[in-house]
Amino acid sequence: MLTIEHLSVRFRDRFGATMAVEDVSLDVRPAEIHGLVGESGAGKSTIGAAIMGLLPAAGEITAGRMTLGKTDLRTLSPVAAHRMRGKRISMIFQDPQTSLNPLMTIEDQLIETILAHEHLSLDDARRRAVGLLEEIGIANAATRIKAYPHQFSGGMRQRVVIALALCTNPELIIADEPTTALDVAVQAQVLDLIQKLARTRQVGFILITHDIGVIAQVSDRVTVLRGGRVMEQGATRRILGQPEHPYTQALMAAVPPLDRKLENFHLPKVAGETADAADAAQAREAEDWLLSGIGGGGPALDVQNITVRFGGERKGFFAAREEFVALDAVSLGVRPGSVMGLVGESGSGKSTLAKVIAALVQPAEGEMRLDDVPLAPMRSRRRGDASRRLIQMIFQDPYSSLNSRHRVIDVLTEPLWLFGLEKDKRRRERLAKAMLALVGLPAQSLDRYPHQFSGGQRQRIAVARALLSRPGLLICDEPTSALDVSIQAQVLNLLKDLQTRFGLTTIFISHDLAVVRQMSNDIAVLKDGKLVETGPSEAFFAGPKAAYSRDLLAQTPAIRFDKSGT
Amino acid sequence: MLTRLVQSEGIWLFTRSPAAMLAAVVTIVIVTGALFAPWIAPTDPYDLSSFSLIDGLLPPAWEEGADPRFLLGTDDQGRDLLSSILYGARLSLGIAAVAMAVALVLGVSLGLAAGYLGGRFDAVVMRIADVQLALPAILTALLIDGISRGILPAALHDDLRLAVITLAIALSLWVNFARTARASVFVERNKDYVSAAIMMGQHPVRIMLRHILPNIVGPLLVIATVDLASAILLEATLSFLGVGLPADSPSLGTLIRIGMQYLLSGEWWILWIPTVFLVVLVVAINLLGDFLRDLFNPSLR
Amino acid sequence: MARFILKRLVQSIFVMLAVAFLAFSLFRFVGDPISQMTGVETSVEDQERLREELGLNDPFVVQFIRFTGDILRGDFGYSFRTREPIDAMLLTRLPATLELGTVALMISLVAGIPAGVYTALRPRGIFSQSILIGTLIGVSIPTFVIGILLIFLFGVQLGWLPTYGRGGTVEIGWWRSSFLTVEGWRSLVLPALTLGLFQLTLTMRLVRAQMMEVMRTDHIRFAIARGVPWRSIRYRHALANTMIPVITIIGLQFGGVIAFSIVTESVFQWPGMGLLFLESIRFVDIPVMSVYLVVIAFFFVLINLLVDLLYFAIDPRLRVRESA
Repeated sequence: MLTIEHLSVRFRDRFGATMAVEDVSLDVRPAEIHGLVGESGAGKSTIGAAIMGLLPAAGEITAGRMTLGKTDLRTLSPVAAHRMRGKRISMIFQDPQTSLNPLMTIEDQLIETILAHEHLSLDDARRRAVGLLEEIGIANAATRIKAYPHQFSGGMRQRVVIALALCTNPELIIADEPTTALDVAVQAQVLDLIQKLARTRQVGFILITHDIGVIAQVSDRVTVLRGGRVMEQGATRRILGQPEHPYTQALMAAVPPLDRKLENFHLPKVAGETADAADAAQAREAEDWLLSGIGGGGPALDVQNITVRFGGERKGFFAAREEFVALDAVSLGVRPGSVMGLVGESGSGKSTLAKVIAALVQPAEGEMRLDDVPLAPMRSRRRGDASRRLIQMIFQDPYSSLNSRHRVIDVLTEPLWLFGLEKDKRRRERLAKAMLALVGLPAQSLDRYPHQFSGGQRQRIAVARALLSRPGLLICDEPTSALDVSIQAQVLNLLKDLQTRFGLTTIFISHDLAVVRQMSNDIAVLKDGKLVETGPSEAFFAGPKAAYSRDLLAQTPAIRFDKSGT
Repeated sequence: MLTRLVQSEGIWLFTRSPAAMLAAVVTIVIVTGALFAPWIAPTDPYDLSSFSLIDGLLPPAWEEGADPRFLLGTDDQGRDLLSSILYGARLSLGIAAVAMAVALVLGVSLGLAAGYLGGRFDAVVMRIADVQLALPAILTALLIDGISRGILPAALHDDLRLAVITLAIALSLWVNFARTARASVFVERNKDYVSAAIMMGQHPVRIMLRHILPNIVGPLLVIATVDLASAILLEATLSFLGVGLPADSPSLGTLIRIGMQYLLSGEWWILWIPTVFLVVLVVAINLLGDFLRDLFNPSLR
Repeated sequence: MARFILKRLVQSIFVMLAVAFLAFSLFRFVGDPISQMTGVETSVEDQERLREELGLNDPFVVQFIRFTGDILRGDFGYSFRTREPIDAMLLTRLPATLELGTVALMISLVAGIPAGVYTALRPRGIFSQSILIGTLIGVSIPTFVIGILLIFLFGVQLGWLPTYGRGGTVEIGWWRSSFLTVEGWRSLVLPALTLGLFQLTLTMRLVRAQMMEVMRTDHIRFAIARGVPWRSIRYRHALANTMIPVITIIGLQFGGVIAFSIVTESVFQWPGMGLLFLESIRFVDIPVMSVYLVVIAFFFVLINLLVDLLYFAIDPRLRVRESA
């Protein structure tokens, strides 16, 4: 149905031109779900945009042929191309919240789209719209259709988006990261819907995503992209199960398995990757400095009955400001020197709990103790309190956790002089250099600014900053969620390594169960601010006790077929 | 830190924007001319003894009946127009720059604090800003002038004219800075590096000045240029309305006001030359402001 | 909805009170009313008696309450300069400024919004570029220069339009209007253009910036991806979403119109409130200054309230409650 041959796309910017897509060929058959997978910058979204004729002004197709059935997509006039959109190919985007016009009812948006391509009466169009909503699983479609987008929840909104893409009966739908912004449970529903639609309506899908688990779950065939080129292509089962290309192999080696815990990710060297030069001797200097300060390893953390209430949003103008209970009497214990994995969906309260411990959020009730010493809550914790040094945090977003106006050396030496750990300026710089080596970054990094580093490198700098306070408790709040799979594996390896060497007590927060399994000794599951289950990690994964945990485990998209070899 | 940012993208874009370069050149020329007026200008228009009525109403050098001593002609009192313009620009620019600086310091401090500390302080500052926004800039400036006129005895008021006008303009402009600073702080406050600093127990003032402030310089710079242009226009308007500087130490606005009297009688140079000068200066500054705005907002390009 | 209106009303009252407070402080502390009203000949005892009669020795709060009560009843006191009752002065001047302001605002909206939309949709056309350059210059020219230019061009050189005063006006009750005669309109053109041109450039730039931002949003991209006709995308989708933030700014624009009317009225000798205010500044006529403040703030607050209600009526996110 859709055939792409030797497609190349070039982007111009002030530095010159870069090939975003180079010599890519693929084909999609009717009713096939074709996965387009790759890490950031692989060019997958660009291919989608090129097919739709929606490349930004700086991009142009320099070579290749794209045919949909008998139509040559490249030679279409702008008017003809626009008529094709929606009629034969549709596209849906990542964020359902911003994809819908907030000022128009769902009904209006659906009818408008239908009537743009077909000559139907208003009533016929309306009937089809309602039918569509029912098909995608919205109850009471006839009444709900008159609602505005903001009246639907995130998952429902993405279904409405799919309905909008479907309403003109296209042959192909390009879905660009359609479930990335959704919770695991909702994601599962949307993926099911996509599979059902492919089957019942014989519509083809191009599923663009960086999430290999999603690919494994729904796609028939897959194309693996890297740097704008195709690395490997074929039936999903084969590609993911027995990858032939070294890149795909490296990629699969980096994917955290859900079914077992690895000691380390075994990451083969891939051609084209440069190893970060680090000085082993310097690294040892940092290691010694850390060990001499930490002593017997991290403290025990005990948290009792923590409750957090927020002012919350007004729901409409009649209701009073509703109180939102972020955490409801949560009690938890972390053994000294161990890693506690904290899991939950968005809104479960896991980040809030971390912030309470870190004195960024005030609990309404509850107590905390660090090694039997009471830990004061936010408002009463003094600025010079010892816990400020002992508790350190690695944040999720590598792009905002470092001050972009400070050089790396400023970032790293700040905790040293703030906590009085090193009074001499030159020795501080030495230590900073040594710590950089410990996390695997070259010494020249000191004089650079954060924006000169990649996401993974920035997280390493964040880890170095945390370690330079000589902490006892390390809180990692989704530290790798914003990173590519292969980079994630490297950073996770680093964290594992450091944790074992220095015996830091760690809280590892993530929504991704597979990642948590790799990192933690114990696990705690949160839902809507309440603790659902807690216990040793491996026991949990072998058989979770709570129904919610079982559902969560079942809904996590994972590679469920056998992989031969390592 | 600012130089780093400017060096990387700014200079590159700048050299590719002929408008921006032209604007910068014009601004530099005018500012230098104004700054060095006492040394460059042929006469001192504020020195009552340096001119006489006999030389009054002479046209610029390229018209007939002109006196080559006065390149751009003279006004009704016999003052050399070129010197008046240079000195006038000096005054206008001086007042505008000082007013803008005061507005900047006041506005940014209040905005920073309001955005960071939130709570009651923020509410109070914002209420004051809201009330002030209900009274547009000219109104505020005029009011302040009126109040000072009422409070101070006449002689003192005249002496302090300069200070009063500067204060009036500054007080009408601070709100812009405050609101921009506050909005930027809201954005930065949610970023993790701020959380990291708070966690570490750093002092709020240190966090505001050392961490947040360097990150909000961009939008503030844009506002500064725009407000500089506004300040110049405001001062010119006040002088034109007759509540600005007195006629014997004229700024550009006063010159235009004097010139308007000769609109019908044919001594066009008294009106139009200062006008063109003023407009060119403000256009140049606004061009630079637009350039800066595009620089700090890459999404708009 | 009722709750929202109530909240905004309370806020408005607060702002009005604050302004009244300012105005009153002005009145009370700046200069001495008694010495302004009487001459040197009045004896000290008489001055003291006058002070007592006018209640100037009462505590601050009492005077403030009295002041507010007076204003609410429409008793604005007397001008120091002309000894006339201020409410009478207002009634003659108010229509002049309001008519001028309304026409100017109309000009700025009717010309500015379409221009903004056009330059946003076709940013590279030659027409757009020239409009943009025009607005840059427009924003840089002070209002009084625009006025002088227009006077020069249309009044002096071409002699088409009158250059000062209000020309033919007709009284309807106490409202003196320029709208009903040709002469009235002819006098109105230049000042309205002056006032409106500056506002126009502001409106245009704002609409353009907003529209360009909206065109970049995801829901526009999605609409394009669905093949919704371009015309519909531009107007039904993009323009509608642009207007919402623009509406609030239009409210603020009204404040600009009031402010710059002072300058325009000065240039054209238009007998409106702005000119009155200017004269009151020159002569330190405190009562007039205070009243002007209060009146202006009142209009500003009123406009803002109306804009908020409009906002409320248009944006479904505010109107309709969220459901699960």
